[in-house]
Amino acid sequence: MKMRFRIFKNIMKQGFQGMWRNRGMGMASVGSIAAVLIILGIVLIMVLSINNLVTETTSKFDELQIFLEDDLTVEQLDKIENSVKNTEGVISVVYLSKDQALEDFKKDWEENASLLEGLDPNPLQNSYIVQLKDIEYADNVVDKSSNLDGVDEVKYYKDIIDKMLVVANYVRGGGLIIIAILILVSIFIISNTIKITVTARKREVNIMKYVGATNGYIRGPFIIEGVLFGLIGAILSILIVNYGYKYFFNHISNELYVLFTVYLVPPNALIKDLSIIFVSIGMGIGALGSMVSLKRFLNV
Amino acid sequence: MIEFINVSKEYKNGVKALSNISLSINKGEFVFLVGPSGAGKSTLIKLLLKEENPTSGSIYLNGMDITSVRNRKIPYIRRNIGVVFQDFRLLPNKTVYENIAFAMEIIGAPPKEIRRNVPMVLSMVDLSSKAHCYPDELSGGEHQRVAISRAIVNNPPVLIADEPTGNLDPDTAWEIMKVLRDINRRGTTILMATHAKDIVDVMKRRVIAIESGQIVRDEEKGVYENEISYI
Repeated sequence: MKMRFRIFKNIMKQGFQGMWRNRGMGMASVGSIAAVLIILGIVLIMVLSINNLVTETTSKFDELQIFLEDDLTVEQLDKIENSVKNTEGVISVVYLSKDQALEDFKKDWEENASLLEGLDPNPLQNSYIVQLKDIEYADNVVDKSSNLDGVDEVKYYKDIIDKMLVVANYVRGGGLIIIAILILVSIFIISNTIKITVTARKREVNIMKYVGATNGYIRGPFIIEGVLFGLIGAILSILIVNYGYKYFFNHISNELYVLFTVYLVPPNALIKDLSIIFVSIGMGIGALGSMVSLKRFLNV
Repeated sequence: MIEFINVSKEYKNGVKALSNISLSINKGEFVFLVGPSGAGKSTLIKLLLKEENPTSGSIYLNGMDITSVRNRKIPYIRRNIGVVFQDFRLLPNKTVYENIAFAMEIIGAPPKEIRRNVPMVLSMVDLSSKAHCYPDELSGGEHQRVAISRAIVNNPPVLIADEPTGNLDPDTAWEIMKVLRDINRRGTTILMATHAKDIVDVMKRRVIAIESGQIVRDEEKGVYENEISYI
């Protein structure tokens, strides 16, 4: 146990020494990792904000409208109303006659309401306004009610929400691709940096092998060096993203439109998760980069 | 201590370096490995150090079958073997003391043991006064003595020397041979590959001669060339 600890201490010491000796090239690694993480942060904030927007909006659009054919009998109307009421997820069903609908239009249009005068016959349709528990139930209600006798068309706001989801998916997908490419690039840069350290210490490594150092002992310092570069990059990007986003957030809520920031993720809620993600990705890139460059080197 | 049974080695490029070698070296022996360049001496040493695996046959070290071992185990096998090279292979940025201590740190030896053993081996090779010099302040013979100290500081049962006198003038070479003889007297088995005819002839130890991958001669108290075989 004591022996293991001594070995561990040696490895750590050499790792730190290696980082210090290699600080010039190390800057490139730190920079590339920080760049990756900053872009990751921006994408993450965008995705989270869009998710926020989607959920906020869906909760507002949780109703749909069933348009009816003209001249239905009372029995037919009752049948439709009952059948819709009994569908899962429906809270209430309210009848809106076409005359009432026209009145509502007139109210909404205010001074332009005169344009609606003289519409005769009324081109609007009688309808039911259906309040849903959740937008999730919309598909089900649409399926069931659109086949009913006397129902002309069912309209709801899922189209808008679907479009928003598509945009959100594009942002997410595009962001992931960009991040994947950048992670590969920074693994490459890190592995090159470590390769320089390894080459500089080739003699030492060679001697270590002949004296019976385990591969772990030889690899350890280089991996720690890579991980340290990753950690520094992560800290740097956490600072930049955190302060950058705070500035951006405050700027928008002060100078622009307060309502807009409702949909943005608040910076303080973000910092903890962001730090965990950044530190683990940064250190992961560092470790992976070192391992890639060591793989070929240690085959004796 | 070291045993080769019908060992052959063919490299991937088709070169047959060793064919059907069998030899056995006992504990405490001092063995010279001689033969022209390219005869297979280096391959034999590489097989012992597990740098290469034999194509066929089996190899035993210290009673342990090391013919095919997992990569993970190789470092532990190497801790049984001290190695000295023609080109010394010291770390230029470490002092003599640190170079030797390095070999002990790697295997996680306690600092107390390091402080005790390093001066001990340094005095064995008569270099106590140079403990805090850097390699570039040493002569060739001193370099090699440091390398030997490093090879034996962990007390391996076997010491392999690959042309340890190859880069040294004759007088210095003899110094090194004296050191190796002393180490051998303490019970360490030594296998030394060499081209130094005069050393082999004077030392009168066991000589194993290899030519084109085969053992052509193996005799106790032998000499570099056996005249009879050439007449």
